[in-house]
Amino acid sequence: QVIPGHEARSVEALCWAAGERLFGAGLGGDISEYDLARLCVARSVDGCGGPIWSMAANSSGTQLAIGCEDGSVKLFQVVPGGIQFERNLDRRKGRILCLSWHPSDTHIAAGTIDALRVFDVSSGQTVQRIMVNYHVQKVQRECIVWSIAFLSSGTVVTSDSFGRVQFWDWERGTLLESHTVSTSAVLSLAVSEKEDSIVVGTSTGATYQFQLLPVKMGSLEKRWVRTKPFQHHTHDVRAVAHSSTALISGGLDAQLVIRPLMEKMQKKGYDAVLRKFTFPHRRLVSCARKARLLLFQFSQHLELWRLGSTDETGKDGEVLPLCRMPEHLVQLKSKGPEHIYCSCLSPCGSWIAYSTASRFHLYRVQYEGDSVSIKKVRKVPKLLLPAYQLQFSSDSSSLFVASARGSVHVLQLLEPGGCKHLHTFQPPSGSPEAVYLLASSADGHWLAAVGGDWAIHIYNLKCFKHHCTVPMYSCAVTALAIHPVTNNLVIAYSDQQLFEFSIPEKQYTAWSRTVQNCGLHKAWLERDSPITHIAFNPKNPSHILLHDLYMFCVLDKSLPLPDNSALLMNQSTLKQLPETARQRQLHAFKICKKFQPLLFADLLDENCLVMVERPIMDIKTQLPLPVQQKKFGT
Amino acid sequence: MVAPATLRVVRCGGSALHGARAVFSADSYLLCASGDFVKMYSVATEETLRVMGGHADLVTGVQLNPHNHMQLYSSSVDGTIKLWDFMDGIPIKTFTVGSKLLALYALASSEDSVFVVIPKSGERDTFQLVSVKLTKAAGQDLEAKELSVVLDGVDASPKRIAFGREGEYVASVKEVNLQVYFFKQKQLNRFSVSATKTKSGNNHFTCIACHPAEDCIATGHADGKIRLWRNFYHKKEYTFSTLHWHHDTVMDLAFSIEGTSLLSGGVESVLVLWRNESDRQKDFLPRLGSAIEYISMSSDGALCCTLHTDNRITIINSNLRFSKSIQGLIKSTDVKTGLVVDPRTKALVLNGEPGHLQFYCLQSDQQLFSLDIVQRQYIHQAGLNQTDLVKVAFSAQGKWLATVEEREEVTDPELQLKLWFYDEETQSFKLNTRINMPHDDHITDMCFRDMDELEDDSLILVTAGRDCVFKVWVMVEDTDPEAQQSVSWSCDFVGSYHNYQATNCCFSEDGSLLAVSFEETVTVWDSVTWDLKCTFCHPPGKIRNICFGRLTCSKYLIGATDYGFLCCWNLLSCALEWSAHLNVLVLQPDPLSEYIAAVSWLSKESSLFVFKPNEPRPIYIQRNLCKEKIQLAAFVPRDEPETIGSEKYLWLRRSQLFFLTDTQELMTLSTKSLEERLTPSSKQLAVEESLPVTPFSLLLGKHRRQQSQKDIGLGKLVCNKHEQDSPAVKELLHTPAHVLPSASFLCPIFINSLLISKESKSAEEVADEVEMESEKTEDDSDEERDVTEMEQEDASPVELLGEMTCKLSKSQEKELRKIRKIDYSWISAF
Repeated sequence: QVIPGHEARSVEALCWAAGERLFGAGLGGDISEYDLARLCVARSVDGCGGPIWSMAANSSGTQLAIGCEDGSVKLFQVVPGGIQFERNLDRRKGRILCLSWHPSDTHIAAGTIDALRVFDVSSGQTVQRIMVNYHVQKVQRECIVWSIAFLSSGTVVTSDSFGRVQFWDWERGTLLESHTVSTSAVLSLAVSEKEDSIVVGTSTGATYQFQLLPVKMGSLEKRWVRTKPFQHHTHDVRAVAHSSTALISGGLDAQLVIRPLMEKMQKKGYDAVLRKFTFPHRRLVSCARKARLLLFQFSQHLELWRLGSTDETGKDGEVLPLCRMPEHLVQLKSKGPEHIYCSCLSPCGSWIAYSTASRFHLYRVQYEGDSVSIKKVRKVPKLLLPAYQLQFSSDSSSLFVASARGSVHVLQLLEPGGCKHLHTFQPPSGSPEAVYLLASSADGHWLAAVGGDWAIHIYNLKCFKHHCTVPMYSCAVTALAIHPVTNNLVIAYSDQQLFEFSIPEKQYTAWSRTVQNCGLHKAWLERDSPITHIAFNPKNPSHILLHDLYMFCVLDKSLPLPDNSALLMNQSTLKQLPETARQRQLHAFKICKKFQPLLFADLLDENCLVMVERPIMDIKTQLPLPVQQKKFGT
Repeated sequence: MVAPATLRVVRCGGSALHGARAVFSADSYLLCASGDFVKMYSVATEETLRVMGGHADLVTGVQLNPHNHMQLYSSSVDGTIKLWDFMDGIPIKTFTVGSKLLALYALASSEDSVFVVIPKSGERDTFQLVSVKLTKAAGQDLEAKELSVVLDGVDASPKRIAFGREGEYVASVKEVNLQVYFFKQKQLNRFSVSATKTKSGNNHFTCIACHPAEDCIATGHADGKIRLWRNFYHKKEYTFSTLHWHHDTVMDLAFSIEGTSLLSGGVESVLVLWRNESDRQKDFLPRLGSAIEYISMSSDGALCCTLHTDNRITIINSNLRFSKSIQGLIKSTDVKTGLVVDPRTKALVLNGEPGHLQFYCLQSDQQLFSLDIVQRQYIHQAGLNQTDLVKVAFSAQGKWLATVEEREEVTDPELQLKLWFYDEETQSFKLNTRINMPHDDHITDMCFRDMDELEDDSLILVTAGRDCVFKVWVMVEDTDPEAQQSVSWSCDFVGSYHNYQATNCCFSEDGSLLAVSFEETVTVWDSVTWDLKCTFCHPPGKIRNICFGRLTCSKYLIGATDYGFLCCWNLLSCALEWSAHLNVLVLQPDPLSEYIAAVSWLSKESSLFVFKPNEPRPIYIQRNLCKEKIQLAAFVPRDEPETIGSEKYLWLRRSQLFFLTDTQELMTLSTKSLEERLTPSSKQLAVEESLPVTPFSLLLGKHRRQQSQKDIGLGKLVCNKHEQDSPAVKELLHTPAHVLPSASFLCPIFINSLLISKESKSAEEVADEVEMESEKTEDDSDEERDVTEMEQEDASPVELLGEMTCKLSKSQEKELRKIRKIDYSWISAF
C-alpha cells in the first residue's frame, strides 16, 4: 500500500506512536498523521518552527519531539484524534537534524551542526552540549551530526558527516569510542532492541554493523566493534532499521534491502535470504489491447505510447525489424503538487482516467490519423475520493473506481465525452479499508474487488448486486483476474500461493484444490517478488500468464504440477536439454527469466505479447551521482 | 670427526631464511632459522654474530624459552627440539621427539611443554598440533615421548596456528576453516568462510594472528582480505569484520604488543599498519624489495622485522620507518646470469632483486651493493612478463661491465645490451652504451677478451645469439661533440656458421682465439682477422659448455656436450686429445691455474671432478657433493695462496670453488676440519642452566672459574697471576661495545683483575678461614660481617662485586688496616 506523495511536502521523519498511529513530519513544517485505512493524510498540525528535520516518539508513544530548522525542539502530546502542542525545549541556533529519546523518557539527545545537545525533558533545559568536531584538527568544513541514538546506559551514539560513528558519555561529555567507517558521511543509524547492535548507513551506499562484544571471554568489559560491512546500495543510505533478526536499509537508489543476520536465524531458509525491493508492487502500466496503446504512470505525469508493429515473422531469439516505430502520443501533466495515485486506459484506447489524492480526472482521447486530441471530461460526478484503483470494463463502456470504505463506484461513459454515476457497490458487512485491486470479466458480468482487509468481494454488474465473497486468506492479494471464458477468478497472494475460484459456482475449482493439496514448488514459494499481473491466453483456456519483476510464467493447468524434486528451470536452459530430458522436465510451470525488471506483460491478441521492462540502470542514470570511489584494478 | 685433509662441503650462505618467523631476543639480537642452522644477528650492527648448527635437517621453528629469555628452543624436520644458549651458541639439551616437526610454539603459561606440529601417523598430508612435555632430567640428549594431541587437522605451515591471549586458546586455520580450541573449557569451535572463487583468488585462509590482550583473531586470506574475528566462543553469534587492502595473498600478520595495531604483508612488498582495527586508519611502508614472508615483533614493541622471500631481513622501527636491512645472498627467482666474480672486489656477482645485479661479499656474508640494471619499476604481480637480467660479463680488470636484459615475450623478445663503465670517482658503474636489440633472438653467451696487459682499445666483447650469429663489439671514439663520454661501443663483426644457433663463446687465454659453439660444432676464430680457423665436433650432442685451458694447458679446448661427453681438443693438432663419458652440468676453469672443475649430475647426486686438460685422468673426484642439483660454480681467487698440505688439494691453493645449488644455497669446499672452523666461543663449556646467561654473567662466570682454580692451586697462583687475569681483560676489550654491560659494572671487574694483592687476599682468606677467625674475634662487628660476605663469595659473585666497590669507597682506613693484616698471613702461607 502506498500513501501518495505531495510535491511540497517531503517527508523527513516518520514515527509510530500511541500504538498503530503513523506520524510524519517534513520540510513543509507540518506534522501529519496518516490514515492508514484511507491511505491519505488524516490531519496535519503546523510545527511553527520552520522546516521540520526530525521527529521522534518516546518509548511509551505518548509524546512526540520535533526538531526544527530554527533550532527548537518542541514536544507534542499525542491525544486521541490528533496531537497537541505541549512545550518548547531550550532553543539554540542551528537546525536540529536528529533526535533521540532516552529509553526512560527523561532526556532527549539532539544532533545539530558541529554539536550534540542533551535536554532534560522535565525542565526543558540543555544539560549537556558536546562539540563533535573538537578532536579534529584544522576543521575546514562543518561537521553535521546526521543521526543520533540514546542508549539506556547513558551512551549517546552519533554519526556525522566526517564518516565517524562516535560513542559519548553524555553526563561527562567525553568521547568513549570513535570509529571512522567511511570517508563520506554516515547518514543514518539504528539500534537494536537489546542495544547490543547498531547499524549505520553511509553515503557511499554501504551499511555497517556495530556490535557490543566482550573484550575477553567471561569479562564484563565490553566494547563496540565494527563487524560486518554490507554493500547493497549504490547511493546514499538514508534510512536504516534494526529488527531482531535483520537489518533493513533504504536509500536514494530507491531500493529497500532486508539483510537477515545469519547468526540470529535458526535455520537456513526463506527468511534467511537477502531481499531487495526496488519497485512498488503495483501496476503502473495499463494497456489498451485493441488500440495497441500503453499508458505509463509517473509520479507527476502520464505518458501515452502507441506500440510499433512488424509484418515479419522470425525464429526464436531474432529481433524483428519494425515497420512502424513506437510513437509517443501524449504526455499528460497532472495539475497541482499531488502525486498521481492510479491511472487507467480503456481497452479501446479512447478514455484515460487518473486520480490524485484529492481529484479525479477523466479524459477523452480522439485519434484523427496521426494527430491526437485530448479533451477533459468536464462534469465528473462527485465521488468519495481518492480513488485507489481504476478499471475500465472490457467494452470500454463503464469505469470502475475503487474507493474508500470498501466501495466501488460504477461510472457509465457516454459518447462523445461525458459520464454518469450508475451505482456504488458496498460490501455487505461493510469495511473500513479501501479497495485497492479490481478485476472485471470480459463479458461484463462480474467485478471482483479486493479491499485492504484482503477480502475479495464479487459483484454482479448486470443486476448491481453483491454476488459472493471469496473465502478469506491471511495474505495480501497481489493480483487477480477473471478468466474470459470460464469466468474463473485467479488470485495470486503475497505468499506466492495461487487460487482459482469459480464465480458462477461460488467455490474453488478442482484444479485449485489439487494445487492446495499438492502444494506449490518450493522454489516458486521462495521467490522474492509477488505476481503483479495475471492474463489469459484466449486460444488455450488452460493457460494462465503470470509475471513478477524478474520472470514471466505460463502456467499450463493441463500439465502435472512439479514436485519439489523437479527443477523449476528457465526456458532458455531447458531448451539446451535434449528432447527426452525435456519431456521428463515437463510440468505446469514454464518460466522465462531473461528480463530486466519486468513491469508489465499482457497479451495483446492471440499471438502478440507486450512486455514492459524498466532497466535499473535507467533509474540510476536519473539519480544524482553517487559518491565517487576508487575501485582497485579499474 | 672428519679425517684430516679431506674436503668438506661447507654451506656459506644463501640458504632460505624462511623456515619460521624470526625471534627478537630480549637484548636486541635477532634469531632466525636459516636452512639447517639458526642464525643470530645483531640488530644494531646487522652482523651475523653466530651460526648455530646441530640440526640435521631444516629448522622449522625458533622460539625463546619463555621462562628464560637467554635460551632458545628450535625445532627441526629431523625430529628434535634443541634448547640453545644462544649467547654462547651451545646446545644445552636435545629432545628427540621422533617424528618430523614442522612448527614450534612455546607458551609462557605451559610450564614444561612446548607445542609442535607433526604429521599424523598413518595418514598423508594431515597434521596435528601436539604438546610435548620436555622432561627435566639431566643429560644432554633426552627423549621427549610424552605427546598429547591438542588439535587435529591443522596445516603444516607455522603461520596457520596462533596462540591467543595468555595461552587461553589456540586457533588454527586450514583452507576455508578456522578452529579455535579453548584449553580451560576444553571446547572446540569451528568456523568456516564460504569458499568463493573470484578472479583475484580464493578466500582460503593463509595466516593467523591472535590479539595479545583481547579475544580477537586476525586471519589473512588468499584474496587479500584480513578478517578480524570476535565473539568466537559462541558457535553461532561469532562475528567478523573485514579489512581489505592487499590485492593478493596476505602472507603474514602480526599484532603490536599492546594489540592496538596490526601489521600485514604480502607479495606487494608493502608493510601495512592497521590502526584500531579500522580500515580507514592505515599506514604503509612501501618498496621493501620483495614479497614479505614473515613478520615478527620484538617483545618490547620497539622493532619489528620482516623476512622476505629473497632472504632479506628488514628491521623496521615502531613508527614504521625503515631501520636496517640484513641481507646475505639475495635469492632471486632464477639465477640467469651465472656466478661471476667481480675482478675488482672479488665479490660474487649474480641476479639479485628483480632487475638488479647483486655484489655479494663472500667473506662477510653480506651484500656489498646492488646495481640497478633494468632501471624500471618492478610490479609485483603474478603472470606479468618483466624485464630481467640474463647475462653479465666483466672485463679482466673489472673496468667494464656488460649486461643483457630481456623481456620474455612469446613472439619477439625485447633485448637490451648495456655496457657499464666503472667510475673511479663515484666508485660505481656508470652506463656507457645501451644497444637495443643487439640480436634478433635470445643472447646465449657473452664474453670479454680477457687480456690484462693490453690496452683499452683492444677490449672486445663477443655476444652469441640464438639468431645464428655471434657479434663482436668494439669501443669506438665518440664523434658526437655533445656526447659526455669519449667512447662508445658498436658492432664490429658478425659471424655465423651454417645457420646454426650460436650457444657459447669463449676467448683463449692470450686473446688470440675465439671459440664459438654452434649447436653441435665448435668453431675457432682468429680474433684479429676474424677468420674461421678450424672446427671441432663430437656428434651426437650439442655443445653445452666450452672453455680454453690456461697456462701450460692453453693449447687445449674443453667442451661438454649434452650427450654426456667431456671432450678435450688439441688446438695445435686440431685433433681430439681425449674424451670422457660424463654428464657435465657445469664446467668452470680456474682463472689462476690450469685446473678445470666439472660438476656432473648423475642419479640424483652431484659429483665434482677436477682435472688438468693435459691429463685425461682427473686430479680429484668428489662423489656425492650434495643432494641438490648444482646449477652454477665459480672459482674465487684467494687473497693469499693457502698452504695446503696434501698434493691432492693443490688445486684449491690459489682459488676457492663455490657452488650454487638449485635451492640457491651457496656452498664451498674447505680443507679445514670442522673443529678449526668453529669459533672459540662456541667451544666453551655450558654454564649452569639455572643461571640466566647475560654477557655480563658470562664474563663473571669465567672470572669466577678462574678464581676457583686459584683456590685449588694456590701455589701456582702468584707466578701466573698476570696471565690468568689477562683473559678477563681481554674478554672485556674484545667483546663488541654494544653487548657490554654498563661501565659502572665493568669498572670494578677491571680494577679487580688488576688488583693482585687484593685478589690473592680474598682467596687466601677463604682458605685460611680458621686462622683468620681467631684474629677477627677481636675485631669489631663490621669486620665480622665482612668475613661472612667473603664466605659467600663463591655463590654470588655479583654481590661480592657490589660489596667491594662500596668497601673501596667507604672505609679506606679499615681497608688499609686489613690489607696489612692479611698481607702478613699471605706471606706466611708462602
